[in-house]
Amino acid sequence: MIVQTLLTLMAVVVLALVVQRNLFSVVVLAGIYSFLMATVLVALDAVDVAMTEASVGAGISTVLLLGALYLCGGEEAKPLTRPWLPLVVTLVIVGALVYGTLGLPAFSDPQAPIHTHVVPRYLSGALAETGVPNVVTAVLASYRGYDTLGETVVVFTAGIGVIALLRRARRAKGEGA
Amino acid sequence: MKREPVLRVVGKLLIPYMLMFALYVQFHGDFGPGGGFQAGVVTAAAVIFYALIFGLPAARRVVPEALVETLVALGALVYMSVGFAGLLLGGNYLDYFVLAHDTVHGQERGIFWVEIGVLITVSGVMLKIFYMFAGRRREG
Repeated sequence: MIVQTLLTLMAVVVLALVVQRNLFSVVVLAGIYSFLMATVLVALDAVDVAMTEASVGAGISTVLLLGALYLCGGEEAKPLTRPWLPLVVTLVIVGALVYGTLGLPAFSDPQAPIHTHVVPRYLSGALAETGVPNVVTAVLASYRGYDTLGETVVVFTAGIGVIALLRRARRAKGEGA
Repeated sequence: MKREPVLRVVGKLLIPYMLMFALYVQFHGDFGPGGGFQAGVVTAAAVIFYALIFGLPAARRVVPEALVETLVALGALVYMSVGFAGLLLGGNYLDYFVLAHDTVHGQERGIFWVEIGVLITVSGVMLKIFYMFAGRRREG
C-alpha cells in the first residue's frame, strides 16, 4: 500500500518534470523523485540501495545539477520543431519494455529464478564463510568482488573522463584570451 | 553565502558529524546498511557542504585538488592491490581467504581493504567532479 502510494507520487512528479519549463524547479523535482525512490527502496527492505539513492540521486546529483544550472541559465528553450519522431520512438520503446515486464515472474514470487539460483547459498553460507553478518556487503565485496572492482574502475574512469574534458576546455579558453 | 552567520555556525557544527557518519557507514557496513560507496559519497558531501558555505577557495585549501586527484587513482589501486596480494599469497585474483591464516579472517580482511578502496575512489571522484563544475565561470 505504501509502495503503491509512493509510486503514484513518483508518476505525478515525473509528469510535473515533463511539463515544467523552469530548470530550477526541474532540479528540485528530480531531487524529490530520488527521495521518493529511496523511500520505496526502504519500504522494500533494500536499505543499502536506498542509502545510495538518497545520497547520490538526491544529494550529489542535485548539487551538480545546480552547479550546471548556474553555468547555463534557468529557463528551458522552446523547441523549434514539433518532436513527433522522438515521441514515436519513445512510445515504441515504452511499449516494448512494458511487453517485456509481462514475461517477468510475479512480484515477490519466491519461486522466481533469481531466488532459487545462488541466493539460498549466499544467504545460508555468507556468515560462516566471510564472517560478515550483512549479506549485501558479503555479496558485493567477496562473492562478487570482481564485479565491484569493475564498478570501482567505472567510477574512476568517469572521474578521469570529466577531468580530461573540462581541463582541456579551460586551457583552450586561457589560450584564446 | 559567505556572510550568513547562521549557516556558518550550523555548518561548522554539522560537518564533523557528517564525517563521523561517513566513517560509521564505512566501518559498520559489515553489520548494518552501508559500505564504501555510500561512505565515499557522504564524505564528499561533507566537503561539498563546506565549499557551499565557505566558498570554493576555502574548500580547496582544506582538501587540495592534487590530493583529490591522487585519491581518484589511489582507491582503484588499493582495490587492485588486494587482488594481487591474493595472487602473491597463492590464491586466484581477488581470493581473500589466503590473506590470513584463518579463511574467515582472510575474508574479513579482504572485504575491509576492498571497501577502503571503494571509499577512496568514490569520494575522490565525487569531489573532483564538483570542483571541476564549480570552478568554471559563467560564459559571457
